[in-house]
Amino acid sequence: MLASFLHAAVIAGTPLSFAILGEILTERAGKLNLGVEGLMLMGAVIGFKTALLTSNPFLALSGAALAGAAGALIFAFLTVTLRSNQVVTGLALTIFGTGFASFAGQGLAGFVVPEQVKSFFHPLPLPLLSRIPFLGDVLFNHSIFVYAGYFVVIAAYFYLYKTHFGLNLRAVGENTAAADAAGINITKYKFVHILAGGVLAGLGGAFLSLVYVPTWQDNITTGRGWIAVALVIFCKWNPIRIFIGAFLFGGLDIIGFRLQGLNIHISQYFFDMLPYIVTVLILIMMSVKDSKESSPPAELGRPYFREDK
Amino acid sequence: MIQIVKKGETSKKKKILIHISALSFALLTASLFILIMGHSPLKVYLSMIQGAFGTSYRLSETIVKTIPLVITSLGIALAFRMKFWNIGAEGQIIMGAFGASWFALSYPHLPSWILLPLMALGGLIGGGLWALIPAFFRARFRTNETIFTLMLNYIALKWITYLQNGPWKDPGALGFPKIPNFHEHAVLPRLFGIHIGWLIALVLVALSALFINRTKKGYEIQVIGESENTARYAGINVPGTILTTIFLSGALCGLTGMIEASAINKTLSVEITGGVGYTAIITAWLANLKEPLIIVVSFLFAAMIQGSSYIQMAFQIPQSAAEILQGLILFFVLGSEFFIRYRIHIRRNPVKGVS
Amino acid sequence: MSHTSPPSETLIKTKNLTKRFGRVLANDAINFKVKRGEIYALLGENGAGKSTLMNMLSGVYTPDEGEIRVHGKRVFFRSPEDSIRCGIGMIYQHFKLIEVMTALENIIIGHRENLFVTTPKIRRRVLEIARRYGLPLDPDKKVYDMSVGEKQTVEIMKVLYRGADILILDEPTAVLTPQEIKNLFAILRRMKEEGCGVIIITHKLHEVMEISDWVTVLRKGQNVGSVKTSETSYKQLADLMVGRSLDLSIEHVHIEEKTPVLEVRGLTLTDHEHVKKIDSVSFTLFSGEVLGVAGISGSGQKELCEALAGLYPVHAGKIFYKGENIVGLSSREIIDKGITMSFIPEDRLGMGLVASMDLTDNVILKDYYRSPGPFVDRKSAQEKTIKIIEDFNIQTPGPHHPVKLLSGGNIQKVLLGREIMSRPHLLITAYPTRGLDIASSYLIYDYINREKKKGTPILYVGEDLDVLLELCDRIMVLCDGKVTGVVDTDETTKETLGLLMAGETLESIERMNA
Repeated sequence: MLASFLHAAVIAGTPLSFAILGEILTERAGKLNLGVEGLMLMGAVIGFKTALLTSNPFLALSGAALAGAAGALIFAFLTVTLRSNQVVTGLALTIFGTGFASFAGQGLAGFVVPEQVKSFFHPLPLPLLSRIPFLGDVLFNHSIFVYAGYFVVIAAYFYLYKTHFGLNLRAVGENTAAADAAGINITKYKFVHILAGGVLAGLGGAFLSLVYVPTWQDNITTGRGWIAVALVIFCKWNPIRIFIGAFLFGGLDIIGFRLQGLNIHISQYFFDMLPYIVTVLILIMMSVKDSKESSPPAELGRPYFREDK
Repeated sequence: MIQIVKKGETSKKKKILIHISALSFALLTASLFILIMGHSPLKVYLSMIQGAFGTSYRLSETIVKTIPLVITSLGIALAFRMKFWNIGAEGQIIMGAFGASWFALSYPHLPSWILLPLMALGGLIGGGLWALIPAFFRARFRTNETIFTLMLNYIALKWITYLQNGPWKDPGALGFPKIPNFHEHAVLPRLFGIHIGWLIALVLVALSALFINRTKKGYEIQVIGESENTARYAGINVPGTILTTIFLSGALCGLTGMIEASAINKTLSVEITGGVGYTAIITAWLANLKEPLIIVVSFLFAAMIQGSSYIQMAFQIPQSAAEILQGLILFFVLGSEFFIRYRIHIRRNPVKGVS
Repeated sequence: MSHTSPPSETLIKTKNLTKRFGRVLANDAINFKVKRGEIYALLGENGAGKSTLMNMLSGVYTPDEGEIRVHGKRVFFRSPEDSIRCGIGMIYQHFKLIEVMTALENIIIGHRENLFVTTPKIRRRVLEIARRYGLPLDPDKKVYDMSVGEKQTVEIMKVLYRGADILILDEPTAVLTPQEIKNLFAILRRMKEEGCGVIIITHKLHEVMEISDWVTVLRKGQNVGSVKTSETSYKQLADLMVGRSLDLSIEHVHIEEKTPVLEVRGLTLTDHEHVKKIDSVSFTLFSGEVLGVAGISGSGQKELCEALAGLYPVHAGKIFYKGENIVGLSSREIIDKGITMSFIPEDRLGMGLVASMDLTDNVILKDYYRSPGPFVDRKSAQEKTIKIIEDFNIQTPGPHHPVKLLSGGNIQKVLLGREIMSRPHLLITAYPTRGLDIASSYLIYDYINREKKKGTPILYVGEDLDVLLELCDRIMVLCDGKVTGVVDTDETTKETLGLLMAGETLESIERMNA
């Protein structure tokens, strides 16, 4: 029973994983992108529409990724090249993305994902691994999309901490002047990682529309993009902690419902609030602790100008 | 090679020109989409204008939509002046509505002239306190206020959901989760056919302008917004002023909540804000945080929202199109800021050298 | 160190290198040469052009005229990357290190190699280089755990790892302890032996004499002399640095009656990294006197002024104003006592000024709160502003003109006018004539003398030694946060001031003269 709950928590947490990871990369480059919610929605709707049109899961995913990238490109161009205010730009992106998704999703309400796509994302128990008692069911009996989520997070961890590119990225986010002086192409790194963030957010949205729900609903993300932004802080900008953060909050997402079924009447509304309260507490804890290791990338939110003296 | 240099100062004329070009580009881009949808952009825009101002009913609807935008923008502008990114207007509106509703539901038999001011007080305190929490942590621990205020939005929303489904549930609503309607004593009166909120909004704009431009506190806020260092140099109590100002910012949003609850919804519900908390961030920013401009921009935005709800029927262009248009306008204006602040220098290499 | 080997290779050579910032000529046709296996010292006062020259060599700035040759080839740097590729390694005074990363990580960032970062091969290479140059390095230590000397070692390693054979160090000993300085010099000598060329930018004469082979002196953007260290003297260098004395004919007022107004005892100020910005400074300021403060920029003048105004936390020591210890008072309480401080920083904006407001709103910055009621009294403020505009001959269309549209000089006049109009009991002013034209500067001197005649004690922090010598009664010289000497202007020379600024003390100067 616990296993089935955890199993569901993993699924619920997967869209968050993608979105959090995308935002970690963006913030590691020094930019705070508040448009994640919009990007997820864009990815969700384009992914869904492409699936309807082509019945091809790969095209659907590509569509979602491209949609996320396009939105992120607007953000990157405005904030990096034109040095616009990040906060307002991110909000504008959310407004645009929400509107775009609503608009593009008209008349799609109630449509179901085509069978070819649905079956592609059917749970795929991993040989051997899924036989492990308890854990096997919780972790290794999922859709390929979920496994992709694991893979991407682990890959990102290695990328960030074990490769040169990751090292350079961290440098850009911590001390842009130092990175610049070391010859790192700041603009390139920012663009690439903001776009990567968009791709991941778009994929996170696609998970919702193609696997989780999986029909189209207006506002299919229900604020998950915002939670993702908050969870980036919880994860201390380290991808590996996504496994804790995303699945924990995935669990919180569904726990109210579950407990009701058990006739445990702790107010469901309390549980609804829990993710946000916990995030606030984490925020406070981190700023009080002010430890060097769990601080945000030092350059987060600051524009860089080389000949500024 | 392209060199980007910070500009000294741009004339007001140039600024307006750049903003208008940005707006035009946004409208042009939107026109493209309208064309793709198979409609004539001109017809659509004209229709929107008709929908916003065409009849006295529609005009009053536009004004009704303007009021919460104005008051909330005032509050947000106040916070933004201090570089405090208050994204929590939504939550502050909600908590203000909550504070007001508490009075409305607890003392429905008090006469209006006592009940309404009490509700206003509830609104101010509810919103103010909700904003004070993140402000305190920012002042004391440098906690990031953007995420904090955002999270508080959701907590506020869930709180109302709880009330709606639990302790404040209307027994007369036949199982439907709803808070009872207010007694008529708790409803704001009308003036010239529109609820008195419009008068309140105008008064607040005047008071805000007066506050910022004439009072000592307003002066201090301006100095702090420019540079905390300079403020300290001048002997200003920076943390105290920040806290007071953010409280005021939240209080204004809370007042919006009271007005919406009392005059429009006549109750408290989760839909009370209608997204105003986020839209007002845009209008405040577009108005460059200046009070008189806030009225203009809010009015235009309200017109756009009202107009687009009108064309929903006529052209099958849904409400979401207005959001897309909002987003586009914002993108272009944000981008145009670059041309106001910076100048591009194309330098030809003075010495042709071999690298 | 000369062997009978062929003349060593010229690593860098500049010809007519020029750089302008607006109307300011920062570097004027500089010719400069650095050879392999030699240490060059670049000496000069503030604003002499040292940093600009180094920034051009390291690719941060692009020259307006002139050429740079590295290893004999003409080069054109478009970015720091180009300069690094030519083998030039710049070590900044303000370290560009990433606090949360280890030494090893900081050394290898930006370097394009294979995919993975912490390979044993890379590690070995780094340690090998460290060993070769005798650099003590703990590759896994986090920067935020390091001492200043260790951080500097990492900076040096960074450039060596890139294959730099020309090292440029900007004021490397400014933040080091004496022991760390010894270590650094040992490292520099080792580099010399390994065939590098080293340039150190410094203002400390004894270091120049100790470590360098050649000295180039810059003054006002020009190269005023390149001499072999073994063939020069302290006096000659100080002379080159400060130039001949000019007669400015600034009125010097003598006030006979002097009572102590401000007594500073053992003042020590530390910044958030626990570096001492002011180290056990004591001095007395008398009524009716102008006490000048001289020193290379960054010697603690800013921190001292801020501490006196209640804007900088005091680590130790006391500040007595008319017998009362004002340490710990808020800045407003200090303003209320009639102590006013104005500091014109290098960018002439910043503190003291609200760029987005108009003249009048800036004038009232320190006394707006005195008007009764909640409103700001702009009417009397306007009158005051108009008076300042007239008295100080400020070029402006009116009292409501936005301050950021004024020229720099006029902005300064507003600031100073504000301070002087507030009828101070103690006037502290730093660099009040920075960038001003002659006429305006003399206006400022007149005002200072007028205040002096009223008996106001004045602390005048300045850069121009000629002005200090004529305007002030005494001059206190700061170097690295310490007072190296307090001299009577009647009895001292510009040369002596130059030596004091460069770290010498009065005793050591006497010994030189003996």
